[in-house]
Amino acid sequence: MRELLADTVERILADLCTPAIVRAAEEGAWPAALWRRIEEAGLPVALAPERDGGAGLGWRDVSPVLVAAGRHAAPVPLGEAIAAHALVAAAGSALPEGVPTLALFEGAPNRARSRWSVRARSVPYARNATWVVGTLAGDDPRQSTELLVMKTADAAVAPGPQLAGEGRCDLAWSEAEPALRAPLAGGPSALEVGAALRSAQIAGGIARLLALAVQYAGERKQFGKPIGKFQAIQQQLAVLGELAAAAAMAAELAHDADGLAPDPVRVACAKARTSEAAAAAAAIAHAVHGAIGVTQEHALQLYTRRLWGWRLDFGSEAYWTGVIGRGVLGADGPAWQQILDASSARA
Amino acid sequence: MLAALALTAIPPEDEALRGDVRAFLDATIAALPPEVRARSWMGFDADFSRRLAANGWIGLTLPAEYGGGGRSPFARFVLVEELLARGAPVSAHWIADRQSGPLILKYGSEAQRRFYLPRICKAEAFFCIGMSEPDTGSDLASVRSRATRVDGGWRLNGRKVWTTNAHRSHYMLALVRTSGSPQDRNRGLSQMIVDLGAQGVTVRPIRDLTGDAHFSEIVLEDVFLPEESLLGREGSGWEQVLAELAYERSGPERLLSASVLLEEWLAHLRQRGGATGEEAQALGRIVAHLAVLRALSIAVTAQLAHGEDPVLAAAVVKDLGTEVEQHVPEAIGRLLAADPLAAPPATLLRTLAYTTQIAPTYSLRGGTREILRGMIARGLGLR
Repeated sequence: MRELLADTVERILADLCTPAIVRAAEEGAWPAALWRRIEEAGLPVALAPERDGGAGLGWRDVSPVLVAAGRHAAPVPLGEAIAAHALVAAAGSALPEGVPTLALFEGAPNRARSRWSVRARSVPYARNATWVVGTLAGDDPRQSTELLVMKTADAAVAPGPQLAGEGRCDLAWSEAEPALRAPLAGGPSALEVGAALRSAQIAGGIARLLALAVQYAGERKQFGKPIGKFQAIQQQLAVLGELAAAAAMAAELAHDADGLAPDPVRVACAKARTSEAAAAAAAIAHAVHGAIGVTQEHALQLYTRRLWGWRLDFGSEAYWTGVIGRGVLGADGPAWQQILDASSARA
Repeated sequence: MLAALALTAIPPEDEALRGDVRAFLDATIAALPPEVRARSWMGFDADFSRRLAANGWIGLTLPAEYGGGGRSPFARFVLVEELLARGAPVSAHWIADRQSGPLILKYGSEAQRRFYLPRICKAEAFFCIGMSEPDTGSDLASVRSRATRVDGGWRLNGRKVWTTNAHRSHYMLALVRTSGSPQDRNRGLSQMIVDLGAQGVTVRPIRDLTGDAHFSEIVLEDVFLPEESLLGREGSGWEQVLAELAYERSGPERLLSASVLLEEWLAHLRQRGGATGEEAQALGRIVAHLAVLRALSIAVTAQLAHGEDPVLAAAVVKDLGTEVEQHVPEAIGRLLAADPLAAPPATLLRTLAYTTQIAPTYSLRGGTREILRGMIARGLGLR
């Protein structure tokens, strides 16, 4: 199923996710044809149960889809939708028709718990989404207490800072009725599924940077030869290749789960590792491209701006390394056991 | 481009070995101080190697008919990572177990297999690798040691240097020139098994910056090598050495060289009653990197197990791995001295001192960082 999904998404994105479409989307043009194909292929509901029209798959099956979304800078909430449907399914419910996006909620209900005043910051594709799906954090932001599905139409919407033109908005609901609400204590949290999702997108984005930078180093000539013939450039591109390999494996670890709940420690390791790699990879790709890489005209920035943004989403490496470190300190036994538990594929 | 490496599970029958190895280590090395265990795959203890051999844990992947365990590369992976994570002194048999044995199995004659492999498995034959020379380091094809044809064999002259354990090994698997001149580069090279007890071999240990003498210089003066010293085909030394290096570059030893220091530091933080935010992040960063690297290392082992030749992937694992290994003493030193009045346990500081001093070698031996990155660049199509 993994391979089939990977082929499907690759075909769709190669067709309908050209740099021109990504650029138009950044200017606010919703790529309706792309989203229609994605919906027709059933990708958003891949993790929803079959009785709700989904494919009943687990996170492991969809990781190539998420990586591909990153590699193509897909300007639609494909990963967010998959994660949203997974959270709703984990709470035993189903999401109505419409485009979902993913968010971390902060706020509280009224006394009767019927109406909620909540905020969600930097929500991608907020203006194109029907639903904002997320969880309300407990004392620890990794623990979810409650699944909330809020209607975008009910929110006060303010454009947020944009690193990558993903239509990020800050949303606020005041005494609004959730479209769906369910307790999700002990279930996956929006922070965890979001971190897993971004780790896969980062892996895809770095793979794209590697391809672009290697191609450019072969074409651009200085001192009478392609710059890729200089050892200084070769050594940097080798490091970029290593970062791509590490990020790809980290993304696999994050999604190494049959069901709807990714393993918390693996997600932590993956988001910490890929976030660190994202910044390092972007720096190398820009260094190799020189000035042309920082122009709007060149496609490189479509990917590096997203990588910088995804690094900060759902906790950067500063957050997740702290989580991992405190976990190891609080556990019994050697760090080695924690490393073992986090790194072998589940048979 | 580098092919994607698939997340792979260690088969349950190989994973099952882990508990036995841990119980063995509890019984054998628990009392060794951490600054001794920190030497790990540089720590030489022939008795310990013989005890491992008695359990059938040397030559684990070699066929049973040659005295080996007949197990898969994953079984050896589990065994080795548990030995290294605890800092077991495995250096005596390390080279023979990791590469000389598998190489003799692959390229050796039936007589060579029958002669060497059972003794390797019994920890009776320790090997060293004769690659570097005084004028030959990264530019390995420039070796000058030369074996010339004589009646009944070869006469070897030359020098080898930085040869780990040469002064306490029985044999050296040496890359030497058997025809042509250094200008012929990788043509005309052959691999020879040199008996280090033979007449004309002089081995002089070289003291390293930690105070240990783990490597040596070897002078070879008219050393007679009988016919059967040649391993594989005459003139195929270069291809054989490249195959050897793939064994050397992707294993758990590329992630776990600083493991004892990491565990000692963790124990210290726990005993102290907690960590600062910066300490927790530093610990978490190391664990995150190592978890991803171990998954990569297992994936490369799977390729080896399938008979593939993952030279590039192994280079990626080694370069990434040694970077983390070198980061461990750097970060721990910085954080231990963050408070000028703090007095960490002396044993932790001794472990830090050893690991800090030896860490530069992690990215030198088995192919320098720069050489590995050059190989990866070639794999990317840049060279």
